[in-house]
Amino acid sequence: MMPDLGKYALEVNSSYAMSLLALAVITGLYVRRSRAVKRALAAQEAAQDA
Amino acid sequence: MNNRPIAPRFWDRFWRLANPKVFMGWSGRLLPWIAAAAALSLCTGLTWGYFLTPDDMRQGSTVKIIYLHVPAALMAINGYLLMFVGALVWLIRRQHVSVLAAKAAAPVGMVMTLIALATGAIWGQPMWGTYWVWDPRLTSFLILFLFYVGYIALWAAIEDEDTAADLTSVLAIVGAVFAMLSRYAVLFWNQGLHQGTTVTVADGAKQENISNVFFQPLLLSMAGFGLLFLTLLLVGTRMEVRSRRLKVLQARERME
Amino acid sequence: MIQLFLRDIGLSVRSGGGFGLALIFFLIVVTLIPFALGPDQAALAVIAPGVLWLGALLACLLSLDRIFGLDYEDGTLDLLATSPLPPEAVYIAKAAAHWLTTGLPLSLAAPVLGVLLNLNFETGKILCLSLLLGTPALSLIGAFGASLTLGVKRGGLLLSLLVLPLYVPSLIFGAQAVRLAAQGLAYDVALVLLSAISLGAAAILPLASGAALRINLR
Repeated sequence: MMPDLGKYALEVNSSYAMSLLALAVITGLYVRRSRAVKRALAAQEAAQDA
Repeated sequence: MNNRPIAPRFWDRFWRLANPKVFMGWSGRLLPWIAAAAALSLCTGLTWGYFLTPDDMRQGSTVKIIYLHVPAALMAINGYLLMFVGALVWLIRRQHVSVLAAKAAAPVGMVMTLIALATGAIWGQPMWGTYWVWDPRLTSFLILFLFYVGYIALWAAIEDEDTAADLTSVLAIVGAVFAMLSRYAVLFWNQGLHQGTTVTVADGAKQENISNVFFQPLLLSMAGFGLLFLTLLLVGTRMEVRSRRLKVLQARERME
Repeated sequence: MIQLFLRDIGLSVRSGGGFGLALIFFLIVVTLIPFALGPDQAALAVIAPGVLWLGALLACLLSLDRIFGLDYEDGTLDLLATSPLPPEAVYIAKAAAHWLTTGLPLSLAAPVLGVLLNLNFETGKILCLSLLLGTPALSLIGAFGASLTLGVKRGGLLLSLLVLPLYVPSLIFGAQAVRLAAQGLAYDVALVLLSAISLGAAAILPLASGAALRINLR
């Protein structure tokens, strides 16, 4: 059920879309980089223990 | 007073939380809960704000942008404050975790500043008739954005990690002083330009008379943005701690 | 310290130094403005204070990476670090030399260039005064930025990125003072605040910059 946004629908929707996209991008970036580092560290530790 | 022996013990414990190993322990345990709370309050707050609030009489449906704009602006400022504190703690106590937290906070704070600027501009177009006004608040945020960019750029430019940590911390502290200074300078500048005709009156008045219908979801999405910031901060700091350890291990390997 | 100061001045006045360059850059900026905005005298008079301040600020920026850059590369700075002279004093000497070779000539040249932009003589005097009071802050902040980016290769762009936001308060108050003077209004508050920034910068930045130099030279 979409609320009736009247004549400002474009403004409201675009700012929600943009903000959510920005938050999603930064979250995705952080999670991805953190996973990559975690994996690299695990590999390094395993290699050094062996 | 018998609280004297307790106080140092409390601070000892407090600073122990910043020991990298201890930090990884507690932050790992806390992270899922904070992330879940962030997702929950952000979704509820924004859904509530988007679907279930009435339109404002004067602003129509654009009032719904407030649920993004105000929390983002709040976290943009708090992000810089956090960087300042992190830098100070690093320079005084040499706690690695604190400077790494400052480093992790910067990109998130920058994105928050961008969101605040973009949503403000979109709201300004129908309300003020223009996307951008050289109004004190807007201008201060643009300057804040530049400070974030400079801080991140300096981190990226210096190769040695500890040198980078020291220099960016000095920059963050000087930057904080100048950011405050700019805030007041900008107020002075704009008052001089258009005497008496400030556009922010609408903004300020609205916040004074903001009614519960709008305020409750706003509070919730503010909590949501705050928790999301905290989540990203922990994720980022944990990543930096790990990457620091990775570099140490790699260096050790080369030495052998 | 005084010797270092004199040596720096000597180096920048000699050919290849930043001395003439900043002035010529300033002249070129002022010459280009009417080409970009049209030769309307009234319009030029309105924007002249801001343009002259901005031109002086950018001219200041040009020579910043020379403050420490050459001395860092040829090892002079390492020698200075081992000398009994504290890095704070090195910073002050360098910033003072920079101001004397860029800030001061720019301030004196600004009213003359103001004539080109239809700025009257009375306002020109205020412009000169505001630049005299404001450019020390520009040199101090600039030298601080230079001490931060010391070890960065090709740090010129980064230096501008770090320093320009810090210039905002000085630019606001300086241009504001001249603008108010041009309109015949009271401008003393802006001048006082402008000098306050310069004095504040002189009080705080030596500490910050000394720390940055120590970090870079250890």
